[in-house]
Order: sequence, then C-alpha cells, then structure tokens
Amino acid sequence: MRGLGTLATAIFLSLLAPTTPARAQTPPIESIQIGLSTDNVSITAGFSGADLTIFGSLENPDPLVARQGRYDVIVVLEGPPKPVVVRRKDRVLGVWINLESETFENVPVSYSVATTRPLQDITEPNSYRQLSLGASNLYMQPADAGDSPATIEEFTAALRERKSATGLYSENVGGVQFLSQNLFRATVRLAPNVPVGTHKARAFLFKSGLFIKESSAQLEIRKSGFEQSIFRVAHDYSFLYGVFAISLAMITGWLGRLLFRKD
Amino acid sequence: MGIYLPIAEISVNVFVLLAMGAAVGFLSGMFGVGGGFLITPLLIFYNIPPAIAVATGANQVIASSFSGALSHMKRGTLDFKLGGVLLAGGIVGSTGGIFVFGLLRRLGQLDLFISLLYVVLLGTVGGLMLVESVNALRATRSGAAPVLKKSGQHNWIHRLPLKMRFRASKLFVSVIPVLGLGAGIGFLSSIMGVGGGFIMVPALIYLLKVPTNVVIGTSLFQIIFTSAYTTLVHATTNQTVDVMLAFLLMAGGVAGAQYGAKAGQRLRGEQLRALLALLVLAVAIRLAIDLFVTPPNLYSLSGAGLN
Repeated sequence: MRGLGTLATAIFLSLLAPTTPARAQTPPIESIQIGLSTDNVSITAGFSGADLTIFGSLENPDPLVARQGRYDVIVVLEGPPKPVVVRRKDRVLGVWINLESETFENVPVSYSVATTRPLQDITEPNSYRQLSLGASNLYMQPADAGDSPATIEEFTAALRERKSATGLYSENVGGVQFLSQNLFRATVRLAPNVPVGTHKARAFLFKSGLFIKESSAQLEIRKSGFEQSIFRVAHDYSFLYGVFAISLAMITGWLGRLLFRKD
Repeated sequence: MGIYLPIAEISVNVFVLLAMGAAVGFLSGMFGVGGGFLITPLLIFYNIPPAIAVATGANQVIASSFSGALSHMKRGTLDFKLGGVLLAGGIVGSTGGIFVFGLLRRLGQLDLFISLLYVVLLGTVGGLMLVESVNALRATRSGAAPVLKKSGQHNWIHRLPLKMRFRASKLFVSVIPVLGLGAGIGFLSSIMGVGGGFIMVPALIYLLKVPTNVVIGTSLFQIIFTSAYTTLVHATTNQTVDVMLAFLLMAGGVAGAQYGAKAGQRLRGEQLRALLALLVLAVAIRLAIDLFVTPPNLYSLSGAGLN
C-alpha cells in the first residue's frame, strides 16, 4: 500500500506529464492512480449516507484513444470482508421458520461501484469474472464447499439481492467522469448503514475493452461522537457498562417517584 | 427529532420512544405490571432487532419495578424472605435463559422463539384473565357477591417437603415451588426481556396463596434483581443493552406510570383486569399474525461468529 503523500504527488506528476515531451519511440504503457483527500472518514450519529469523491489520474494516456473516449475507469469501494450467514425461511405448519442456511467466508460488507459507462459496455463478462469485479461477479466463497452447487448458487444470489436491497452493494453508472484527458473523478455511494473498518478503494483502467492496470488505496471509516463512545464502552468494558445501565435505571426509577409521586 | 442508538445502530425518533415509554408507563401504573411484555414487542414492531429489544426491555423494567417496590416497602407490603427465595431461583433460571438465548441466536432461531413465547404466554395469560374478569363482571351485574377462594384451601403444592415459614405472607410452604417459580420467571426474563410480573402475580395468588396485598410488592422486589441480573449478563455476554434506548423509555415510563396509577384508581378491579386482558391478547394476536403472514423477504443475512 502506498502512503497518501506518494499518491498525491503521483497526481501532480501525471498532471505535468503531458507538458514534458515524450522521449521514447514506443508508446509508454498507461497506468492509473487514485488519491483520497483523507485516509479516514468519521461518520456521526446522524449519518444518512453520503457520496465519497475519489480523484484519480491516468498516466501516459494516448491522446487519440482518450479523445475517442475509449478509456474506461471502474472505481470500487469495498468494505471489510466478514463471514455472512444467509438464511431462508420456509413454512412449517403455517409458521415461517428459518430452515436452511449457507455460510460464506470473506464477503465484503459493502461494495460500491462507480463506472464511466454501463458495465456491459466496458468489457466482456469473462474479464469481469477473472477480475472478480462488480457485485454480480464477486466470488462468494461458501464455508462448506460440499453443499450442492444449486444450493450455493441460490444462496449466493440471495446474498447479492439482500446486499443490494439494503444499499450496501450499489452501482453508480456514470459515476466516473473525466475532468481532463488524464484527470478523473469518481463518486461512490456510502450507504447510511456503511460498516466501519478498513475499506479498500480500487480503480481499474480499461482501454478499448481491455484491462490495463489497477490501483488501490485504503480508507478507514469510523464512527465518532458520543454514541461511538457508548458503543466502545459497551464492548470493551461490558461489565461496568452493565452496572452503569442498572444504576441508571434505579436512579431514574427513584427520581421518577420523587418527582411525580402521587401517593 | 432523530437520535442514533449506539448499540441498535439505527436512527429513531426521540418522541416516538418517549411516547412509547409514557404509554406503557401509563398502562403499567394503571394495572400494576412492569410493562416489559408491552415494551419488548413494541420495540420489535419499531424495527429494533429482537435481541436488543429483549436486553434493553430488561433494563427498562428495573426502573419501573424499583420505583414501584419503593412505595410498597414504605407501606410494608413486601415480603423480603419470600422475595429472596424467589430471587435465588430467579438467578438460576436467568443464567439458563441467557445460555439458551445465545444458542438460539447462533442457530438463527432467536426471533422465532421470542415471538412464539410471547404468543403462547400472552395468549394464555390474556385469555385466562379475560374469562375470569368477564365472569366477575357478569357476577357483579347480576348482583351476586363475588366468590373468593378461601386462603385456607390447600392443593398438591402444600404437600411438598422442605417447608419454610414466610411471616410477612402468613405462609408455611415448601421452598420447591417457590424456587421453581423464581427460576421460571428468571428464564422468561432473560429470553423475553420481561420482568414476569404478569405471570408471577397470578402464580403467587392462585398457586402459593400469598395474600394479595403482599404479592405485588414482593413480585416487584424480585423483578428488580432478576432483571438487573439479566441486564448485566446480556451486557457482558451479548453486548445487546442499549442504554440510550433504555433511558428514553424509562424517562417516558416513570412519568406515565404515576398518571396511570391515578387513572387506575377510578376503574374497578374487574374492569381493569378485563382491559388488561384485551391489551395482552391484542399484542399476542399481532405477534401471531407476523408468524403466519408470508414475510416480504424469505432470505435474511446475519454475521457469522460474532452473533
């Protein structure tokens, strides 16, 4: 992982790049860089989702290809991987009960994609699969590989559907815009229920449908404020927290009697 | 005004919660119950995850039962010895309940189990109360004097060994049913987030024949400790107690309870019981409908390992 300083300088270097005359005869290989203005985002109590802007640049772009708009960029903000259990409800004697379940390892908690164009216009489905790029191509690894492929497929589909429905997996077509020949801006969505932890921003560069290069940066999302302190205390000092909760209840009960007593 | 609940991790409206607390407090003051059996389902209807609704419900119950027990202590209608024995059973039951709670949560059956317990218990208690109070209402209308069970009447419970004397309750009874009742209430408290007053009160009156004036105070006394213990264990093992949520409910609750108690004095006993029965049945029916109606999403996700 590169430090932020390097990423920032990378942007400036690449901005200067077109002014310096090309020395080599063979066209240099394009490359991509992204930079984040901060390495951590704090969400407060009232967080109701936000757009995160990521800037990036192409290095050594071919001006002709760029003018024809044949460079495509896909930016992904991927949440921390966590194991997930998908459960299916079935009717037993008229009552809906969680019956079957499937556990998946290392499922990104969130996955927001921003692209220059619709995914199917950028490259072949096959190359998405190879790159494991896009919510529908993300490989979900079942914990128990012995289950029937049909079951795994069904639960994988359900997992993707639930994640999209809750806004954790999203796709923003047109969310990546070229500001100049080599500077672009990507807007990825942070869902209101965005998980805290280390998120990974990745940018993929495609030239005329061919994958060229990938670049990534890390972003720490954390909660801040009073509510977060409560959450931390509840987890780190759970016994004291419990004692506090009980004392609070008793004091409230006692005060309530004192203030509102009617007998 | 929205507020973010740190443990439940969702944004809720402060006034909805205060009103919810006040409404339940009003009812609990009116009927002399803790109100946990109303708070927990209400929170679940309000999309609070059931595991958090249960643990926070237990926390909220402490406040209302503590303020209630204080006034009973002052009036001398609290049997500490009986409460202590009930409590000993309660701690055992509550520990077992927490264990079952964690197990069901891992199996993904917690929500179902909570709903089923509520439907069965509230349905039974509400149904019995309704029948009893309607009969009482009919009896008073036809002019007949209400038939009271004689306190000297004995049943099988009084033939059990290990008898103990409870002076304040004028009772000489085996400790086995007392411990068993305490354990049962403790178990329900940890799984349902209730104090268990709605089961404890009739059980003390009808099964153990404790004089009615001592029952509520003693039941409240034991509920304070059982729910405090439940709160503590939920806080340490499951981290599901949301103090912010609990405090809002309590604040509304303690205020509402005092007005409820005043309003309750204007209604007659059997009318009160009939109304409470209807309320209990309504909650049970609402929860039962959810069990049978096709859910909008058949699939659900949950974190593995951490839950």
